[in-house]
Amino acid sequence: MFPGARAFPEGELTLMKEDPQENEKSAAASVLGPGAVPIVLRVNGETHPLLVEPRTTLAEALRGSLGLTGTKIACNQGACSACSVWLDDLVVASCSILAIEVGERRITTIEGLAAGGRLHPVQEAFIAHDAVQCGFCTPGLVMSCAALLAGNPHPGEAEIQTAISGHLCRCGTYPHVVQAILALADAKGD
Amino acid sequence: MEAFQWQQARSPAEAAALVTQTTAEAMLTLQGTPSAQQAILVKAGGVDMLDLMKEGLVNPRRLVDISRLAELQGISREGDDSLRIGALTTLAQIAAHPGLRQSHAALAQAAAMAASPQIRNRATLGGNLLQRPRCWYLRSAAHHCLRKGGGHCFAFAGDNRYHAIFANHGCAIVHPSTPATALLAFHAQVELLHPQGQRRQVPLEDFFVLPEADMHRENILAAGEILTAVWLPPQIQTNRSIYLQVAEREAFDWPLAAVAVVVDLDAAGLCQRASIVLGAVAPAPWRARQAEALLTGATINGKTAEAAGEAALAGATPLAQNAYKLPLLATLVRRAVLAAAALPQDPRAS
Ligand SMILES: Cc1cc2nc3c(=O)[nH]c(=O)nc-3n(C[C@H](O)[C@H](O)[C@H](O)COP(=O)(O)OP(=O)(O)OC[C@H]3O[C@@H](n4cnc5c(N)ncnc54)[C@H](O)[C@@H]3O)c2cc1C
Ligand code: SF4
Ligand code: FES
Ligand code: FES
Repeated sequence: MFPGARAFPEGELTLMKEDPQENEKSAAASVLGPGAVPIVLRVNGETHPLLVEPRTTLAEALRGSLGLTGTKIACNQGACSACSVWLDDLVVASCSILAIEVGERRITTIEGLAAGGRLHPVQEAFIAHDAVQCGFCTPGLVMSCAALLAGNPHPGEAEIQTAISGHLCRCGTYPHVVQAILALADAKGD
Repeated sequence: MEAFQWQQARSPAEAAALVTQTTAEAMLTLQGTPSAQQAILVKAGGVDMLDLMKEGLVNPRRLVDISRLAELQGISREGDDSLRIGALTTLAQIAAHPGLRQSHAALAQAAAMAASPQIRNRATLGGNLLQRPRCWYLRSAAHHCLRKGGGHCFAFAGDNRYHAIFANHGCAIVHPSTPATALLAFHAQVELLHPQGQRRQVPLEDFFVLPEADMHRENILAAGEILTAVWLPPQIQTNRSIYLQVAEREAFDWPLAAVAVVVDLDAAGLCQRASIVLGAVAPAPWRARQAEALLTGATINGKTAEAAGEAALAGATPLAQNAYKLPLLATLVRRAVLAAAALPQDPRAS
């Protein structure tokens, strides 16, 4: 689906495309690519060996190689936050990061939020407050809201608005999103 | 995005030795010369770099990644009480830093207003200062304008509503960095590491380049040079600073006009020193010298603040579509001066 990203077949580790000439010249950090390079991505608690070209973005690797299509690509320019995932504990735009630079850091996608057959409280609140229209921006918004609550269980309206300020929702779900998270913030006992 | 090689530098010095060109040089196609496809370029957070590469505006042969280098991270107070901000410190870290929010409020505010939370979590201060301008002709592969080595500026006869009103002869970009406006108000310096190993420290004021000096670059960074840190000198530390901007949207948007103000008031309330820097209105952060001079030695009140706002417009040469920036600036400067001096806003003011 995306050039240069595919699942990593067993036994292909030797394909590592280092350029021996380049590496000799620089006698420094190894030069990888431009062909596919083996990497390991830690996504939603699982470890995935993958082959990616250096130009493959994290969003492309997640959607193409790993089939985790919950993460959406809309602008592909860092300007809408539809592609938001967590890099360790930070919400980032996965279209603006290369898969090859993730390294050992943990990636969490929308698929990783539900636990034990139960939706994440933010997902439940989005449903209860009708905070979804077409849904294209929703996975990203949920990731931002869940990250906010993880660090701040009782955010006020202004904090919620700041947390979702990077998201473009052309269906205009913003007020319902804020209501959903305010309700969660009030409900949380801790 | 074209394919490229990837190399993770193990030290700033290694990165400096590997990198062959600045991004501005690699984007330059002069008449008759082939574009630089051979460039080895440096990448920090990658926000601007990947954007330029996706548009095909630059196609490096290799990226040297510095984003994981520990020695370029973090904010520290040095012996003489100056502050050193590592080049890889993110805008989110600057916005949230308790010490900076106290001592350099305008900088923390500017960082908090730049871009979106997602971008601030990745965007580094060094990369932010070195990002290419947002002029839509520069960002369009279909327009080979002066800044990319072409023979024509499309903005003068074209759509110039977001362009510069100061020093806009030849090319009318505005400098894209929001934090730079505040950094200049604090008289910041940048620390640069040369491929041959020398380090130099340059006042931000001398780091930026105006179109009249060179149309093809926004700063004096040399090929292979690595920006390692930004320094804030001790003598300017004051609580009395503020950054204000006006944009079309309140959620993340580039400012139409911005200002950072730092004032030192003595016990009697006289202004000992004023630093007033305008953003998004010139090819570099723009020091409003006449406004500064007007406030120095004066009492700050509604009258002097308003006069400073008017004085800040001295020398402006607006284009066909951007004269609206003049009243925005005058209002921003007046409000910021009053707010920095912790005086209430003039009730007449809107
Ligand atoms: C939607 C959106 C909105 C935005 N809004 C704003 C805004 O309001 N205000 C604002 O200021 N910015 C804004 N930005 C721009 C963003 O802040 C910059 O793109 C970002 O700061 C660049 O930093 P980086 O670390 O990702 O740099 P990179 O993309 O990695 O690098 C940028 C450039 O600097 C060079 N470089 C980077 N680090 C070094 C170094 N240490 N030494 C030498 N060269 C180096 C690279 O070669 C490259 O040319 C916005 C961006 C997006 C996508
Ligand atoms: S303003 Fe500068 S960058 Fe924009 S089209 Fe003119 S020359 Fe190019
Ligand atoms: S798709 Fe990544 S920010 Fe829009
Ligand atoms: S629900 Fe349609 S874009 Fe947000």
